[in-house]
Amino acid sequence: MDFEFTEEQLMIRQAARDYAERELIQDVLERDAKAEFPTRHIKNLTDLGFMGMIVDTKYDGGGLDSISYVLAIEEISKIDSSVSVILSVHNSLACYGIEKFGIEEQKEKYLKPLARGEKIGAFLLSEPEAGSDASMQRTLAEDKGDYYLINGVKNWISNANSASIYIVIAQTYPEKGHKGINAFIVEKDSPGISLGPHEDKMGMRSSDTHSVMFTDVKVPKENRIGEDGFGFKFAMKALGAGRIGIAAQAVGIASGALDRSIQYAKERKAFGTEIANHQAIAFKISDMAVKVENARNLCLKAAWLKDRGKPFSTASSMAKQYAADIAMEVTTEAVQIHGGYGYVKEYHVERLMREAKLTQIYEGTSEIQKIVISRSLLKN
Amino acid sequence: MKILICISNVPDTTTKIRFTTDNTAFDTAGIQWIINPWDELALTRALELKETTGGTIEKITVVAVGLKDAEPTLRKALAIGADDAVRIDAEPKDAFFVAEQLAQIAKDYDVILCGIEASDYNGSAVGGMLSEFLNIPSVSSVSKLNIENGDVKVNREIDGGSETLSTEVPFVAIVQKGIALEPRIPSMRGIMMARKKPLNVLPAVETEALTEFVSYELPPAKAACKIVDSENVKELIDLLHNEAKVI
Repeated sequence: MDFEFTEEQLMIRQAARDYAERELIQDVLERDAKAEFPTRHIKNLTDLGFMGMIVDTKYDGGGLDSISYVLAIEEISKIDSSVSVILSVHNSLACYGIEKFGIEEQKEKYLKPLARGEKIGAFLLSEPEAGSDASMQRTLAEDKGDYYLINGVKNWISNANSASIYIVIAQTYPEKGHKGINAFIVEKDSPGISLGPHEDKMGMRSSDTHSVMFTDVKVPKENRIGEDGFGFKFAMKALGAGRIGIAAQAVGIASGALDRSIQYAKERKAFGTEIANHQAIAFKISDMAVKVENARNLCLKAAWLKDRGKPFSTASSMAKQYAADIAMEVTTEAVQIHGGYGYVKEYHVERLMREAKLTQIYEGTSEIQKIVISRSLLKN
Repeated sequence: MKILICISNVPDTTTKIRFTTDNTAFDTAGIQWIINPWDELALTRALELKETTGGTIEKITVVAVGLKDAEPTLRKALAIGADDAVRIDAEPKDAFFVAEQLAQIAKDYDVILCGIEASDYNGSAVGGMLSEFLNIPSVSSVSKLNIENGDVKVNREIDGGSETLSTEVPFVAIVQKGIALEPRIPSMRGIMMARKKPLNVLPAVETEALTEFVSYELPPAKAACKIVDSENVKELIDLLHNEAKVI
C-alpha cells in the first residue's frame, strides 16, 4: 500500500491550489453576491487543461488519472465550489458518460470539443417530480423512426446556460418503467429548447442552474447513447463516477473551512490567550481534522479503484455520503469557531457552509447514497 | 538566441526554518522545495520573450546545481515551459562553488538570467561571479528585459528612478521583481510533458568552496506586548529606562 502521490499528481494539486489562491479568491465573494458565472475563470482553467483533464489524450483530453482529478477538485473547492461544480459536471458526468458509453462517432463529434474545453457539458436527469426517484421520468423521447422527439421539463440543471452539449435522460417506453429510459446527446441550440430563469440558490451561486424545457425537440437516432433502453443504467453509472467529483468537492469545502478555522483560532484572542489554547476550540479543530482526513481517504480510495478499472460505485457512494455530511458538520463548526465573524461574508466560512449543504443534496442525496451502499451490502 | 535560467532549489517561502541540534546545518526534514521566486519570474519572462519575438529565441534551458532531489524543481520548470534542463550533480556549497559549476554550461548561451538572490541564503553573489568567470558583461537589478531585432535592452531600478541600458550578448542579467508580473501556473499538458523533455545530468567540476557555514541562529522570539495605561506616563518612562533599556 502506498500513500505517496506521484510528482505529477503533486504538481497538478499545486497548480490547482495556485490558481484558486491567486485568482478565484479575488472575486469569489462578489460572484457569490451577484450570482455571476465565472466566465473568465472557466476560460483560464480550460487553457490550463482542467476541462477534460481525465479524458484520454486520443480524444484531446489531458489523459490524467482520477487521483489527480480529485486533488484538483479539492483544491479549487477550498476556495470556490461554484467553479468546481462546473468542472465536476463537465468532467465526470458529461465527458465521462460519452467516453465510457458513447460510440466512436459520438466521441469524435461531441467528446473532443468537450475535452478541449471548447464546449461545456451538462447532465439533464432531474425533473420537477423526479429527483431521488430518478426512474419516474416524465420527459418523453418518442421514437419517430429516424429521430426521437423529446418533450418535457428538466430541473436543477447545473451548467444549463453555459453548456452547449446536453446529455438528456428521457422515457421512450413508459410501460417498461426504468427499462424504457434512454440517454441522448442533445445540442443546446436545437429548436424547441428553452431555459427557465436562473435559480436563486443558497450556495454555489456563481454556477448557472436553470430548468430546461423541451418542446418537440428532434434528436437524431445516432445521438442515443448505448442500446435502446440503456438510459437509466447509463445515468446510474455516470452518477457513480460523478460522485467522486462531488465527494472531492465536499472534502475541499470541509478542508477549506478547517484551514480558515486553524488560522483564525491562532490569531483571535479571548480570556487573555489565543482561542486555540482553549480546549473547547482545540478539540473542535481536532474533530474537524479527523473527519476531513477520513473523507479525503474515502474519496482517494474511490478514485484509486476507478483508475485501476475495479468496481468503484459503492466506494464513490460511501465517499460522497460521508464527505458531504462531514462538510456540513465541519463548516458549521467553522462558523461557530469564528463566532460573529463567521456569520459575515468577509470571513468565507458562512459561504462554505452554504456550499456544503448542496453536496448533501445533488448527484444523489445522502439518503440515496445510503440506499446504494446498503443494497450493495445486502443484495446477496 | 539561447537563454539560460539559473535556478536555485529553495524551501517554500512559508517554511518554518529549523536547524539541526548543534545549529550547524539547515534541517531539511519535511521541507517542500520550490523554484527560487526570482528565478521563476526570470523563466516567465524568458517564455514571454520566446512567444512574442517570433523565432528569435531558439531554446530556453534551466540549470541547477544540486543533488537528485533537485530534479522535481527542474521538472516543474520544464512543466512551466522550459525546453530542456540540466542538473549539475553537486551539493551547492557557496556562491563561488555554484558560479564555477554554472560557468561550464553558461558559456554556450547568449542571455543568462539569474535571480537577484535566492530566498534561502540571500547571497546575491552568483550572477556577478558567473559573469566574471565567463568574462562577459552583467547587469544587476534588472526589472525589465526586452529583445527587439536581436538587440537586448534592460531596465534597472536606481535610486529615485530607473535607467535603460543596451548590452552586448552574451551577458548575464541579474533580475529582480518586476521582470515578469507573476509566475506561470503549469498546464496539465505541460505537467505531463515534463518527463518527456531532456533533463541532462553533468558531473561537477573540481573546485573548492571559499566559505563555510559555521553556525546559524534564529532571530529572537518576539517579546510579549506590555500595555501601559495612557494615564501612567511615569511607568512607561520607567519601563523604557529600566526594562527595555532603550532610553
